[in-house]
Amino acid sequence: MSVLPSTRVYEGTRIPRPVPTILEVDPERHRLEDILRVNFGPNHPSTHGVLRLVVDLDGETVAGIRAVIGYLHTGFEKNMEHKSWWKSVTYAPRIDYVSFHANELLYVLAIEKLLGLEAPRRAVWARMALAELNRIHSHLVWLGTSALELGAISLFWYCFDDRDQILDLFEMAGGTRMHTRYVQVGGIAEDLPPGFAAEARRFCQTMPKSVDEYEAILDRNAIWLERTVGVGLLSADDALALGQSGPMLRSTGVDWDLRRNMPYLAYDEVEFDVPVYGGGDVYDRYRVHMDEMRESVRIVSQCLDRLDETEGEPWIADDRKVVLPPRHELHTSMESLIHHFKIVTEGFTVPEGEVYVAIESPRGEAGCYLVSDGGARPWRVKFRAPSFAALQATATIVQELLIADLIAAGGSLDPVMGDADR
Amino acid sequence: MSAYAGVPGVVETREILDEVTLVVDPARLVEACTTLRDEHRFNVLSDIAAADYLGWGEQEVVGYIGTASGRDINDPGSRGLARIPDPKPKRFSVSYHLVRVAEDPARLRVQVWLDDGESVASVIDVWPAADWFEREAWDMFGIRFDGHANLVRILMPEDWEGYPLRKDYPLGGEPVRFSDED
Repeated sequence: MSVLPSTRVYEGTRIPRPVPTILEVDPERHRLEDILRVNFGPNHPSTHGVLRLVVDLDGETVAGIRAVIGYLHTGFEKNMEHKSWWKSVTYAPRIDYVSFHANELLYVLAIEKLLGLEAPRRAVWARMALAELNRIHSHLVWLGTSALELGAISLFWYCFDDRDQILDLFEMAGGTRMHTRYVQVGGIAEDLPPGFAAEARRFCQTMPKSVDEYEAILDRNAIWLERTVGVGLLSADDALALGQSGPMLRSTGVDWDLRRNMPYLAYDEVEFDVPVYGGGDVYDRYRVHMDEMRESVRIVSQCLDRLDETEGEPWIADDRKVVLPPRHELHTSMESLIHHFKIVTEGFTVPEGEVYVAIESPRGEAGCYLVSDGGARPWRVKFRAPSFAALQATATIVQELLIADLIAAGGSLDPVMGDADR
Repeated sequence: MSAYAGVPGVVETREILDEVTLVVDPARLVEACTTLRDEHRFNVLSDIAAADYLGWGEQEVVGYIGTASGRDINDPGSRGLARIPDPKPKRFSVSYHLVRVAEDPARLRVQVWLDDGESVASVIDVWPAADWFEREAWDMFGIRFDGHANLVRILMPEDWEGYPLRKDYPLGGEPVRFSDED
């Protein structure tokens, strides 16, 4: 891991004290009687969901800020503790509804680690291909909405057009466009359908051109540059101290990507570069997102080649205590029928133990802490939400910004409130 | 695990499923964390996960979970647990998941055990990232972190009663508005 020399970032630390997430008004820089406290959100189109910011304004300058979350708390973790392992998989993608596949994959990987179960090669490549498609999907949503907030309305439609093609691919694979529950413990629910590879390849050819077009719209756009360059600064040391990950961390110059530094699935067998920029501002976060889309397309293409090579191989592990038997066997084999009945009604049991599994979701390190007592239900499920961690940096990156730039800085954190609030 | 031999306050070290866990005396947590950050270069705190072990090994039911009582593991006819899980030292565990963001990446879990009403020192001065994670543990489990300057509820409303992720807090414990029971 190396840290790029930074050009635009401040010296020292800007993390507020004593509470790192609350920026109090500094009486030496602002006259307290001039301060106007404004409640921003939770229902505001530019807060990416139900984020509430309590902002202390001196004129148009942000003098103090406090982020308030929890408006989308739905008790996923409590609910999952009351469902069998088999059923609780359904909840995982709904936590972070923009990177649904990543969360589903994360939860299943954690269960598989406790079980000591390994997914067959074909399933690994299919999971990876979909994970990278999901990353592009998430970045497109980020780019479209962030640009929209800064006035670039056409980009929103272009991004959502490309996003739709990705959802079509998910629909082809899993039957639904989002929250597919396509990842099963032991592999994937069904083999990829015929024609998926061809459609995905077509997408891989058009997507890099789309990214070029987006950059053509934004890269030399004076308004975009004015609104993003040097805005929302975060230094590498502050980013690490605040537990940042993903594009947030890579935009501060820290060369860190779990896919490369702590590989899972088969990321150590594909070629890709990790984009790193040293500016620590909104513009460099934008650059990281754009480059990552190109890299994800590269990974998807390699996965599709491997999927061609593994054509006809099993896509789910052959473990009848955990994995549903093939449908056709239910009509001819009594054992299969019993196994099917047992798994669906009672669920499978998972050996006692605790694990923490982390993957590189589109937003950074998504972690899952699982405790099992050996029964059919999880004892404890805890998701380490990258949006939750990213929002902790709000008070650090908005210091002395104008209220209009607060929108750009807040959006660049890429928070998904379902993920933050769970 | 001699690699972490110099860390103060370590009660137990275990390595299961390639994950190293240091169980630390709660009174010396900050000391241990500071050593891990400064000498072992664990520069990022990625997560704090609390867990409630009330009824661990007693209440587990295996069976159709939709029924009111489920099935008791001690009932004949139930598949039950293959074995009764090992007892835990205290009711709550708090697990700090550390990661070393460097050329030689590593992960480590630091764990403390607490009973109801016991508190542990905040690690907010070691890693500022602990702020919201500790607030979440307070909100969900009622675990107090001494030295946290803003230990208030984060996910639940400010006037909420009870700690939702405790095992004695029922699912569906929230009153349903405008129902007949009002």
